[in-house]
Order: sequence, then C-alpha cells, then structure tokens
Amino acid sequence: MVIERKWRKWLLFYLPMAFFIVFTLFPFYWMAVTAVRPDGELYRTWRQASATPFWTLEPTLEHFKGLLQTTKFPHWLWNTMLIAIVSTVISLVCGMFAGYALARLKFRGSEFLGTAIFVTYLVPQTLLFIPLADIIRDMHLGNTPWALMLTYPTFLIPFCTWLLMGYFKTIPKELEECARIDGATRFGAMVRIIFPVAIPGILSAGIFAFTLSWNEFIYALIFMSSAELKTVPVGVVSELIRGDIFFWGQLMAGALLGSIPVALVYSFFVEYYVTGLTGSVKG
Amino acid sequence: MANVTIRKLNKNYENGFHAVKDVNLEVRDKEFMVLVGPSGCGKTTTLRMVAGLEEVTSGEILIGTDVVNDLPPMDRNIAMVFQNYALYPHKSVYQNMAFGLQMRKYPKEEIEQRVREAADILGIGPLLERKPRQLSGGQRQRVAVGRAIVRHPEVFLFDEPLSNLDAQLRVQMRVELKRLHERLETTAIYVTHDQVEAMTLGDRVVVMKDGWVQQVGEPLELYEKPANRFVAGFIGSPAMNFVDVTISDTGGALWVDAGGLRLKVPPQMVERVRTHAGKRATLGMRPEALHLANGSDHADFCFDTAVDVVEPLGNEILINFRAGGAAMVTRVDPSVRVKAHQNIRVALDPQRVHFFDGTNGAAI
Repeated sequence: MVIERKWRKWLLFYLPMAFFIVFTLFPFYWMAVTAVRPDGELYRTWRQASATPFWTLEPTLEHFKGLLQTTKFPHWLWNTMLIAIVSTVISLVCGMFAGYALARLKFRGSEFLGTAIFVTYLVPQTLLFIPLADIIRDMHLGNTPWALMLTYPTFLIPFCTWLLMGYFKTIPKELEECARIDGATRFGAMVRIIFPVAIPGILSAGIFAFTLSWNEFIYALIFMSSAELKTVPVGVVSELIRGDIFFWGQLMAGALLGSIPVALVYSFFVEYYVTGLTGSVKG
Repeated sequence: MANVTIRKLNKNYENGFHAVKDVNLEVRDKEFMVLVGPSGCGKTTTLRMVAGLEEVTSGEILIGTDVVNDLPPMDRNIAMVFQNYALYPHKSVYQNMAFGLQMRKYPKEEIEQRVREAADILGIGPLLERKPRQLSGGQRQRVAVGRAIVRHPEVFLFDEPLSNLDAQLRVQMRVELKRLHERLETTAIYVTHDQVEAMTLGDRVVVMKDGWVQQVGEPLELYEKPANRFVAGFIGSPAMNFVDVTISDTGGALWVDAGGLRLKVPPQMVERVRTHAGKRATLGMRPEALHLANGSDHADFCFDTAVDVVEPLGNEILINFRAGGAAMVTRVDPSVRVKAHQNIRVALDPQRVHFFDGTNGAAI
C-alpha cells in the first residue's frame, strides 16, 4: 500500500488506527487506574478543580490486598483455571476426533452431522441452562466443579470441532495416504502424522476454548452457589457488589487480575493461533 | 517376481463418473511402465487403485500372483512417490525416510543402514537432519524418492513426481530417475501428462484417454506406428500434422484432396487405403516427414504454400504454414533461410505417412 503524500497517510491510516487503539484499550487503562486509585479519590466527584480523572496521584495497592485477603478471590482464580483447563482438554480431545472424522471420512450423513454439530453451538446458553439445570440436579452435580466441567463442552465441543474440521481440510490428503502406504493404520496416521502437523490449529482451538470457558457467566452463576466454588466472573460480581454498593477498587482489581491469565495465554501463543486461523503449511 | 497384472479394471465414482474403463495391462517384472495421457484420462485413478488408495469398482489387480484388491496399501509391498512429495513436515529427512521401516518394526541398525544407503544413492546424505521446509524442490523430491527406496518394495509407483519442478531440474531428475531404475531393477509404474517424460523413461508406454487405454507399446513403436489419431497427435513434439482429406480413386492410383492440396497415396499404403476410397480420412505427417522440396522430389508428393511463422530454435528451425485448410509445421536444418510470407514448395517423405479413419480415428 503506497500512499503518496504524508498527510494522506496520517488521515487515512494513522488517525483511524490511533482512534481504534484508544477505543479498544481505554477500558483496560481505566480498569488499571481504578484498581490503584485510593478510595478517597474514587468516591469524590469529578467536578472538582483538582480532579484527575485519567491518572492517580497516589497509587495504592490496598484494593489488591483487600481482594486477596478478605475475599475468596484466590479460590475463584483456582476454580476458574481448573474448570477452564479441564473443559478445554475434554473439548479438544472430542473436537480433534470429531473434526478429523468430518473432514476426512466419507460416511452417510457426515454433512448433516457437521451442520447439526455447528447448529448446537448456536443455541443460546440463556435457553439451554434450563434443561441442563434439571440434568445437573438429577445427577447431584450441583455446586461442584463437575457441573461446569461437563456443561461447558456443550458449547466448546461444537466450536472446536468446527474449527479443527476446517483446519484438517487444509492438510493435504497425500500425507495420510503416504503414511498408510508406509504402514500406519488409519488411526496411526491420524495420531502420528495429522495431529502433529495440526498443532497450530489445535493450539488455536484450545486458546479459544480456554477463553470462552474462562469468561463464561451464566452456567457458573446458576450451577455454583457456595462462595469458595465460584469462578472469577461470578465471584467478582456477586461478592463485590453488595446490595447497591459497588466496591469499585476491588472490583477493578479483580477484573484486572482475572484477565491476566488469558492475556498471558494469548501473548505466548499468538503466532500459533494466527496460523490456526489461516491454515496449515503444505509440504 | 513382481509383475503387475490389471484385468478389466473399472472405476465408477458415486456421482456416476466412469473414470477408468476396462483397463487391461501387464507390467513385466523389472519393467518401467509409463501411463501417459491428458488430464482426466484416468491414469492417476488407475495408479491409485494399484496402490490401494481407491476402491476398485470391478476388475482385478494382481501383484505377482496375488490378487490385491482387498489388501490395504501397507500390505501390498509397494512404495509411492507423490506429485507434491508429501513429506512429513514435522519430521527430519532421516525420520521421513525411516518412518515406513519404523512402522514395520525393523531393527534400528537396519533402518540406519538402509537410510544411509538410500541417502548416498540420491546424494542427500548431508541433508538428513534438516526439516522439509529447509529443502529446495529438487531436494524434497529426492527425499520423497529416498523414502520409497528404503522400503525395498516390489513395485514403485510414481504419481507425476516431476510436475512441480522447474524445467531444467525436471530434465536433470528425469535422467537420474532412469539411472536409478537401471540400478535398482524394480518394477515401476509412472504416471505423467508429459509425453517427453513418457518417451524418455518408459520401457513401455500406455496412452490413455477418457478412461480407455488407447495403445500400449514401446516408445518408438508408439511414435512410428500410432494406433489412432489421438496417440499420433499426443506423442511427439511438435505434434503430427493432420489434414482432413477425401480419398479419390482415379483408376489405378489413389489421391487425397483437401482444399487445394492434392497428393498421391504412397504405393505401400494403397492396399490399406483403397478400402476407404470415396470416404473422408485424416492424413498425418510428422514435421520431420516434410521438407523443403529440392529437385529430387516427385511432383506427386509436393505442394506449394506460403510461410506463415518461422520459429528458430537454434538446433533446428520450425516453419509454420497452412495447406489443405490445416495449420502445419515442418522442421528444417538451421542453415535454411526462409522469411514469413515467402512462397515455398514442401515435399512429403512417402515412407512416413499415416492415415486415420475419418469417423473413429483408427489408423488405417
């Protein structure tokens, strides 16, 4: 893209980009500033002359301390991590096998099945929680992590299957055919050749699944009731908003700490998830 | 004994497409058989059925004396080289070559020995620790061939292995493959759409079109005695010149006419062509069967025309012209000097003339 004059580049590229960056990152900035702003500053009006809305003059860690010591935040963090990892693993395993079958095996009804799996992803959780609540209650899984680890796959598996199916389709068929001639069984070719080659796609599906699971709210709200077992999104909202009092400092500290794991996961694996979205390498 | 027998082989796809029609082939032990034809002629489908990668609709495939229709690819003792190499991208060259032997539980020492031996033959010894993405196209091709060699199979199957290489590399690899086959003395079936590869590599060549076998024979036999118009036009470059003619019998001699062109049927062909007197036929003459007329050419086999385009190739000159309503080419010595639109007299070598039936294209 060659834009001849500098002012055009500024107008058409830099300015919109700057606007977009500010628009996207401002909430995080605000969250970070609020988390370190002392209570005194937080609950003052902005109309004062000495108001500094965009930065704080006396940063403090009292909200973080309060969050970690007086609430069950560490429990919530652990719960969310455990549930996210387990449900991601379950969904990835199912998604890998289902995605492979739909991408490679020709059997009657494979197209219908693929569409059906994808359609289940479209059913909103706000509707699905009702029958799921019945099942959870009948199986006495209520208020246990298993309630979430087994219900999250209802939306994670379709997503993983769909993503991995698309990714597997970009891997040349000749690789498996060669493996089969070399002496691998169909299953062996899948596990030894296709899965290693598909690692970018699998990581990409895993990252998305992890994120979806981490941020999930409805099922966590409905199926978990004790304070120790809650996940971060639910715990932060239910314990830090008492009645009509919002403990903004701790709320923002909780939100900040809660988004760090996902940000870390993304930053370490960003190149994988890009290739996962665009397809595998041929050769 | 690793001969491959194919009997009445047919392949029908679910959508009704009949890709391979009643193919019968006998590949002899240690023979290098080439399947050649235009895209969609069924050659790759036939190869894949021999490999076990496609289901056979009807017919039998035998390797040696065993019918292999129901055997999975890994039990047929074959090795295949694919057009896009199909190297395992996450494995090193060594691991790529060793994979087949590891699957069959060969001892480590033997795997090591076989891989190094194949690497030496192909000159890829220094590349053993590299990954495929660090290799050039020619190197990847060699690794793909090496992976097939280490298995010591009974039959090698090649699916257009040189198509992805640039022209110069293709010529070089062609020679290497031929040398390799002479060294390894293993039966090989090779699929290509390039008739030059077919002619240079094959002990025998099978020409296919639309799922049917058109002709099987040694390369020169296909060149000098094509069974039909398709084979005549497919083999040889530049292609044979074709003119649609009517054959007329003028009491004793047979002549062919085509819009201004009038030539006598050579005496040795009269018997065969007489049955088609009064009908339409196709006259075929290879570019080297035509030359610029000199005094010794008989007038019955000459005609006048004007030069259309001159293509100097260095070792020869191709002269394009029109006669009898058809575009034709002749090859001449590079010392000949002709210009476009120049009038020339072209003579035909009566010993090298072909006739094909006007309706079904069969050689007369």
